[in-house]
Amino acid sequence: MNKANELFKQKLKVVNIGLTSFKESLDKAGFEAIQVDWRPPAEGDEEAIEALSKCELIEEKLNIEKANKEALNRLLSAKTRLVGMGKAVDVVPGMKKNTILHAGPPITWDRMCGPQKGAVIGALIYEGIAKDESEAEIIASSNEIEFSPCHHHATVGPMAGIVSPSMPVYIVENETFGNKAFATINEGLGKVLRMGAYSPDVIDRLKWMEEELFPVLDRAIRYLGSIDLKNIVAQALHMGDEVHNRNRGATSLFFRIIAPAIVRTTEDSIVIERVLRFIDANDHTFLNLSMASAKASLDPARNIEGSTMVVTMSRNGTDFGIQVSGLGDEWFTTPAEVPPNALYFAGFTKEDANPDIGDSSITETAGLGGFAIGAAPAIVQFTGGSPQEAIDRTLAMYEITIGENNMYQIPYLNFRGTPTGIDIRQVVEKGILPFIDTGIAHKKPGIGQVGAGLVDAPMEVFKKALIAFSKKYS
Amino acid sequence: MAVKGIIKKGEYYDSVTLMLVARDATKLEGVEDAAVVMGTLQNKSILENSGLLLEEFKDATDTDLLIVVKGIDESVCNKGLKNIEEILKASKSKIAEKGEFVPKSLDGALKIAPDANLVLISIAGRYAAQEVIKALRKGLHVMIFSDNVPKDKAIEVKTYGRDKGLLVMGPDCGTAIINGAPLGFANVVNRGDIGIVSAAGTGLQEVSSIISNEGGGISQAIGTGGIDVKKEYGGLSFLTGLEALVDDPDTRVITLISKPPHPEVLEKIGSVIKRTDKPVIAAFLGAEPELLKSIGTIPATNLEEAALLSVSISKGTPMEDFRREIENKDRELQKLAEDLAKTLSKERRYFRGLFQGGTLAYETQLILTDIIGGINSNVPLDPSLKLEDSWKSKGHTVVDLGEDEFTVGRPHPQIDFDLRNKRILEEAKDDSVAIIYLDLVIGYGTNMTPGEELTPVLLQAKEMSGALFIVEVTGTDRDPQNKSKVMQMLKDTGAVVLERNASATKLAGYILRNIGG
Repeated sequence: MNKANELFKQKLKVVNIGLTSFKESLDKAGFEAIQVDWRPPAEGDEEAIEALSKCELIEEKLNIEKANKEALNRLLSAKTRLVGMGKAVDVVPGMKKNTILHAGPPITWDRMCGPQKGAVIGALIYEGIAKDESEAEIIASSNEIEFSPCHHHATVGPMAGIVSPSMPVYIVENETFGNKAFATINEGLGKVLRMGAYSPDVIDRLKWMEEELFPVLDRAIRYLGSIDLKNIVAQALHMGDEVHNRNRGATSLFFRIIAPAIVRTTEDSIVIERVLRFIDANDHTFLNLSMASAKASLDPARNIEGSTMVVTMSRNGTDFGIQVSGLGDEWFTTPAEVPPNALYFAGFTKEDANPDIGDSSITETAGLGGFAIGAAPAIVQFTGGSPQEAIDRTLAMYEITIGENNMYQIPYLNFRGTPTGIDIRQVVEKGILPFIDTGIAHKKPGIGQVGAGLVDAPMEVFKKALIAFSKKYS
Repeated sequence: MAVKGIIKKGEYYDSVTLMLVARDATKLEGVEDAAVVMGTLQNKSILENSGLLLEEFKDATDTDLLIVVKGIDESVCNKGLKNIEEILKASKSKIAEKGEFVPKSLDGALKIAPDANLVLISIAGRYAAQEVIKALRKGLHVMIFSDNVPKDKAIEVKTYGRDKGLLVMGPDCGTAIINGAPLGFANVVNRGDIGIVSAAGTGLQEVSSIISNEGGGISQAIGTGGIDVKKEYGGLSFLTGLEALVDDPDTRVITLISKPPHPEVLEKIGSVIKRTDKPVIAAFLGAEPELLKSIGTIPATNLEEAALLSVSISKGTPMEDFRREIENKDRELQKLAEDLAKTLSKERRYFRGLFQGGTLAYETQLILTDIIGGINSNVPLDPSLKLEDSWKSKGHTVVDLGEDEFTVGRPHPQIDFDLRNKRILEEAKDDSVAIIYLDLVIGYGTNMTPGEELTPVLLQAKEMSGALFIVEVTGTDRDPQNKSKVMQMLKDTGAVVLERNASATKLAGYILRNIGG
């Protein structure tokens, strides 16, 4: 039977896409109508629009919705725990003595930005491979060193994201799927390797972290057995963190758990004091754990046939790249930009800023960071914004995500789950860009962090991925 | 002279809102020209041609809003820009004022209203098909108000809808009434047992209004867009609509409205009609009555007749009474025409019809051609009568102001009267003009103050011209503008004001015959 005859028996309820006067007419005439604040998909880009309509046809034969539900369920069912530590070369898969991992999509030395080059130089000096800057540059540009993205090794690194073989790393295990993820220990703010600094004090700190901090932490973690990271994140969201740019609550919780175990497993009280003061002095101690937890949660959602969910969103300071579940290991990249809305530390301006950098946008990919900013109103200070702006940012992310988080909540939104699982189709179609809040490095190596800000992921990568998706599955 | 502009990245507004804002902006003293447009290629080339394309606009995309003002000096431009920004801000907050969450997509809307059952689409044509497919996939009926939907896409969505048994009204469907709800441009009519399928937008408004004014009622009025009955489109929407009315227990009389469908489409329509005992009236304007009888319909020669026939059949009035009434009415018109013809001076010989409604412009040409012969037009019945320049009338002329040539960068003439008002004054300057004929289609979606906007122009034109002014009003008293009120305002200017385009056109035709046109 003609379905129109069913319609004639129902109460008419109209979705109005376009002229608002038509909704006003229906309102006046006493009929129900919902207005859509429509805008041209993909900023009017013909090729992307074509890809979107191909996805509609793909949906007919291959259930994209179902594939995305599966990807999201995997992400949500992750149970991540910090289970121990190790030296990168011993525990990180595929890590060799001449490997240096970096943040973001693949990149060669000659294309690396200032801070990433600086961090490589620092790492080569730290490893004893080079004695100074000029030697490090020669070695880096030779074929001796294999550069590889952290993401290719189940690893994530903030900012420059440099991981060299001797660096100690956290080992985070996803109990549900048995996979692991790795991240270095956060060095603190200011002049640090991840911001491209490589002066002797930076190298000395790295050495101290390897020689004193690492064994202390490792013993404490093993004494505890493991530490539930998702639990800490969930609580931290209720304490004003979004665990990307604000980790004060999470770091405090971590401190409460680890401190007694350190005291129990280390004898030298001078060492204990140094280690505890170091953790306490750095609000971002938890950032690297938050990232590794997100990474361990997302990896099982990779390679799901027909899924348009983003599993990696990452930058190396030169390029911005994403990977998509249904598209294997392929990267979709575009030049990274300087965050347009930022707060700079005294003495620095936009002119000093490096384009967006770091694997830390793995948090947004997992429904945290910018996506959870409604839980962290203090962050919008960075742009002079209001708490309402933070809420609106989070609300907008629900439009481009597959679902809501089962564990991470926004108190202000009646404890609604955070928007989780970015769908490239919805990003392109609605023109709403994933929102990242991030730190900003100086564009020259060796200077360090100059500010923090808010940045939208570039549309280009989502368009490229969508076009590739429509080609692969058509 | 100064030109100043601003670009607003990622701010999107619908074209009608923007055109109305730009129109208001040019009314500011000292402002010569203003544009408020999205940064599409087409809009950029329009700006370039009018010298308003600023350097910074060149890289703008479809989702960037471009605002530019040309004025006598910089301070006027700045004032104009500020003005525009304020109007735009007000229009945005209007949507959000109820504090409702406004979704950005069909998906988002369905999360709020999972029981929605029809999607009304009026976005730019090149984007429409994508939204239609999405709606159909979710099992929703669709009305596509948008025009300029690419042909292959239009056929694709119509075919998809037909396969799924869903209504796809359009593209380029201006009006429909579903379950009593006015969709697009539509009049407030009684509900009743007459169902309409129409491939002619103002045709549907005219017929449904007359039916309602005559005490009949409408069960459903399904629009299809004019292209639907062409060969390539196969009448896909028309057939779905007709079948639905055949099966609808609340519809006892079916009325079909269209320009003559392609023979293949007509045949398919005939095969659906064979399945039903319900009387089917067909106003396929200009088609042979015998042909219409052969497919099982009762032919009507014009929209008014179709409406009156439908009401008669619905009410069970004997056919003879109906015919007698029509004849009486015709005699009255002829009598009135004699009197009016006497008021015209000798040199006044020509008809000038300026139309908002495409179907009405077409119907008027059919009727006048019968009475006085060929009519020049931008949409002529006979290609040899095509106006060389649509902006200039010649002899007897009918102009359809809803054609694309007049609507680029402007809202539909049923919304924005400016262009026709200017043309009325042009015609008033011509001493060879005997009749200036206007249609006025009211109802939801159209201009809300038609009397107020048309009256001063008619008064001014009457000062200038000794021609007769005939205005035909399509609508009902329950329309937000109120038909009777509008008619009275227009009558007060001294114009001859009638309902029903066929009658009003006949009056004009008889006048012209009387003066030997």
